[in-house]
Amino acid sequence: MELTGADIFVRCLQEEGVEYVFGYPGGAVLHIYDALFRQDAVKHILVRHEQGAAHAADGYARATGRPGVVLVTSGPGVTNAVTGIATAYMDSIPLVVFSGQVPTHLIGNDAFQEVDSVGITRPCVKHNFLVKDVRDLALTIKKAFYIATTGRPGPVVVDIPKDVTAHKAPFDYPKTISMRSYNPVLRGHPGQIRRAVDLMLAAKRPVFYTGGGVILGEGSEALTTLTRRLGFPITNTLMGLGAYPATDRQFLGMLGMHGTYEANMAMHHCDVLIAVGARFDDRVTGNIEKFCPHAQIIHIDIDPASISKNVKVDIPIVGPVDAVLSEMDRVVADSGRAPDAEALAEWWRQIDEWRAMDCLKYDRKSKLIKPQHVLECLYRLTAGEAYVTSDVGQHQMWAAQFYKFDRPRRWINSGGLGTMGFGLPAAIGVQLAHPDETVVCVTGEASVQMCIQELSTCRQYGLPIKIVNLNNRYMGMVRQWQEFFYQGRYAMSYMDALPDFVQLAESYGHAGMRIDRPEDVEGALREALKVRDKVVFLDFITDQAENVYPMIPAGAGQNEMILV
Amino acid sequence: MRHIISLLLENEAGALSRVAGLFSARGYNIESLTVAPTEDASLSRMTLVTSGSDEIIEQIMKQLNKLVDTVRLIDLTEGPHIEREMLLVKVRAEGGELRAEIKRVAEIFRGRIIDVTDTTYTIELTGAGDKLNAFLDTLQRPLILEVVRSGVSGISRGEKALKA
Repeated sequence: MELTGADIFVRCLQEEGVEYVFGYPGGAVLHIYDALFRQDAVKHILVRHEQGAAHAADGYARATGRPGVVLVTSGPGVTNAVTGIATAYMDSIPLVVFSGQVPTHLIGNDAFQEVDSVGITRPCVKHNFLVKDVRDLALTIKKAFYIATTGRPGPVVVDIPKDVTAHKAPFDYPKTISMRSYNPVLRGHPGQIRRAVDLMLAAKRPVFYTGGGVILGEGSEALTTLTRRLGFPITNTLMGLGAYPATDRQFLGMLGMHGTYEANMAMHHCDVLIAVGARFDDRVTGNIEKFCPHAQIIHIDIDPASISKNVKVDIPIVGPVDAVLSEMDRVVADSGRAPDAEALAEWWRQIDEWRAMDCLKYDRKSKLIKPQHVLECLYRLTAGEAYVTSDVGQHQMWAAQFYKFDRPRRWINSGGLGTMGFGLPAAIGVQLAHPDETVVCVTGEASVQMCIQELSTCRQYGLPIKIVNLNNRYMGMVRQWQEFFYQGRYAMSYMDALPDFVQLAESYGHAGMRIDRPEDVEGALREALKVRDKVVFLDFITDQAENVYPMIPAGAGQNEMILV
Repeated sequence: MRHIISLLLENEAGALSRVAGLFSARGYNIESLTVAPTEDASLSRMTLVTSGSDEIIEQIMKQLNKLVDTVRLIDLTEGPHIEREMLLVKVRAEGGELRAEIKRVAEIFRGRIIDVTDTTYTIELTGAGDKLNAFLDTLQRPLILEVVRSGVSGISRGEKALKA
């Protein structure tokens, strides 16, 4: 039987087991919306701006490991989604983004709501397609899901002209697919793994440095088993938090620009660095010339292009982190050998000395609300079990430092692109994926306004997201850099004419609370966490002058931190 | 150092722009780029000439390989290979003596005159880039009306073949 392109589209999504599509209708996708309307299996979530759709699908993907699905119309529908697509691309998040396009005979005509979607998105997708024939639609969608979710994941855009959604073709959805030009690696090289294990067992001052790849590659369990067997210290990147239990003694905290003193010092002084699913980002390495000067480096990554891109490594291992780490653990166990206990004890003695600096300390007696206090309180009251999304800036760093994630996929933030406005729509995707869990969006008064319209989406679907707004009336991270590096000239970083967030939340049908005394923080959070049917917008009026410490200034080495 | 990279790509719309976009986005330099379908119409063969340090070339190879449309690739300069480029040059050729001189030089370089008018010759010449440069250098600059170069194509010597 022949189906229209629109019906084929919906059937493909059903075959893929897609639970939610995040989208916004428009002229070019009206056939598709009509087909969605005539079925119940795939649920559509209507956002208020296409950027929100991409972030919400992204949040869903990060929280579940399943691909996020987006549907937008042509022209401005696509261009609005680009920030969200680029966000997913930088953090390797599997998204499949469907965009409507003007009919094939009008392509290139500067038609109404026409934009070269494939051209505009090319630099920020893993791959993209323009479907010109309805007979190619099902296979293209199959390829899109396959490419988005395998190897190093990433967003894939499928651009579908309107006439293709009206034309008919037989529907046949392939069960499996193989592509001669795309063959992700399935296991690491055994010889390289043995060489790496030899180096690890001979190490005197080893450290694990692991990133978002461990979470994406479902490697947390294998990483935890191996790290515990070896007794090595471990640090996570901003994207990797939760891959190793943060409350474990072997965990040194996050590393990098606002990482802990002990993590960065351990990096600087280590003799063997085991990098797993991490990409040596400039916010991690600091000055690359001064990076890990004494270390031999092992790097495990699914993407060969990530290896030796920024830092030359000694033992590269291309493969899925889960398979490689499990194999390493087997090799260590079978060898009957153990790490150098004496050297390791000495290394831990040194690390504990660094740890004793208590680099995250802050003024607990202040009359003003300290943002760190809010996050510590949130951590305690949610028993570390909440899903926490964030926007970008100081609040993001404080959340990363003070909320201890013991499990993967609970910490959801835009690490690579650093997209302000990510937190609230991402929380929508997370809450839909986990309706019974506590979802908290930690944000600031600047970031949250970038996608504030999504409060309306939250209302429509009754999502009980808790918004923790650390309101310091500044773009805090900009202000901090201006204080440190521009002699306190606070150019355009003061947030004047702010809305009354309590009234704003209420006008959307949510609850709002303003908290301006430290002694009220805990009570307000307690009360908010009980609400299960709507958003609670907690507007914490915080100390304007608070800075994120410690800090490695741009261009400095990992051992050159500014402490409080 | 100069490298000649040969790629087999899926012959899909946009494959060329993915390669060109990769080079501009990452700031790599392209000296020349040629592309055409192969005996298998579903595949395009691209020859790309670039230069950079070993680290940059390693990244270029990895990034090219990462493109979903890339089926296979090889750095031809890593082994024995043949490099060819075609040149078409139109020159002012007036007066018996000059016409004879140009014809003689073209023959020395094994070029062929493929179009003739009372006042011009058009010469076709194939070879490695430096041979084409040498030929152009022998022609008096004011005589040259137009130069078209195809960009480099390359192939490995011997049994080695780049196949899907």
